[in-house]
Amino acid sequence: MSKRPWGFVVGGLLVALLLAGVVSNYASSHPDGLDSSLLKGCTVDAEGEITGGTCPAQQTRDHELADSPLADYGVRGLDNDFLSTGLSGVLGVLLTFAVGGGVFWLLRRRGPRPGAGHVAGPAGGDGAVGDRAGGDPAGGGHGDDASRVANSR
Amino acid sequence: METLAMHISNGIVNGPVAAVFAAFALAVLTLCVLRGRRDLDDRLAPMAGLVAAFIFAVQMLNFPIFTAGVSGHLLGGALAALLVGPWVGALCVAVVLVVQALVFGDGGVAMLGLNITNMAVLGTAVGYLLIALLLRVLPRTPVGLAVTAFVSALVSVVVASQGFVLQYWLGGTTDLGGNLAGLAGTMAGAHLLIGIGEGLITATTVVTVAKVRPDLVYALRALKPAAPAPVVPVAGGAR
Repeated sequence: MSKRPWGFVVGGLLVALLLAGVVSNYASSHPDGLDSSLLKGCTVDAEGEITGGTCPAQQTRDHELADSPLADYGVRGLDNDFLSTGLSGVLGVLLTFAVGGGVFWLLRRRGPRPGAGHVAGPAGGDGAVGDRAGGDPAGGGHGDDASRVANSR
Repeated sequence: METLAMHISNGIVNGPVAAVFAAFALAVLTLCVLRGRRDLDDRLAPMAGLVAAFIFAVQMLNFPIFTAGVSGHLLGGALAALLVGPWVGALCVAVVLVVQALVFGDGGVAMLGLNITNMAVLGTAVGYLLIALLLRVLPRTPVGLAVTAFVSALVSVVVASQGFVLQYWLGGTTDLGGNLAGLAGTMAGAHLLIGIGEGLITATTVVTVAKVRPDLVYALRALKPAAPAPVVPVAGGAR
């Protein structure tokens, strides 16, 4: 039950890198549902620039970080569109995993999951297993391992 | 100019309303951290990082929605709720939106609270409410899981789009001449079609994960079927 997720996570990351790094180049470049709704009432040319009319999108102001090296999902200075989009996607996936994974790893509970491993209650379980794991060098740091050791006695 | 902005840009909603939603989003995300810590263990934490990275990747994949010149992309709230639960799921979507705003120039930094409220908070909350309801009444089969994922994802996208309509009603910078219903209808119509795409992506992804590693699907662990029937794992039971 308590199989480690790492193999799956690495596999999933490879899929995400492939999607963001390669498939992203075949994405539709039309405005999305929000943008197109905000353009209603305006006429736009082939490049997507507003040429007339009145619509909410005309109030759009510049992004605070429009000069970011990865702004608009491209790598600044890289002229090849395919590489630019793909590389920005790869960097975005890695950055999102690093930020998200890092934050969640720091926030995670140490010790066993409450109610798992047939322990009585969250508080009692944490304490009991903690004591066992602390007193037993073979118990290791992993909660589920520790509780299995505890239960096997 | 090829526009790749996907979220609310600066100037669309006025500053005070954006600030109110920033405070609201911060409060909800704080609650998500507090409640989400109960779920976050050694197994869920790396999975949550993967979910955030995967949503970032799939959000780049705008798909056509069979309306001339309009595309759509995954929002990811229902997907995150299915895989890592509602609290951590909302945080996953929020991480994606923060990275997009701060690094990719997508979605104004001043508008982050609006975008987080719609996609991370509303999308995930509505998604999980439907997931919790449907998973209890539908059979624990791949089809039951797929229907749950499809419906909850579709509805969550439409509701998230109406979150923007509410925000625009409160602080939109263009006078629509009282035609807010027009905006609501346009947004709902476009996002109904986008929701079909969202539903297909969410169902495909979750059913795939459930086949490979059913223990990594939060909703299957956390939500017990209504009938006291023996629990049949989705993947193993598909014989």
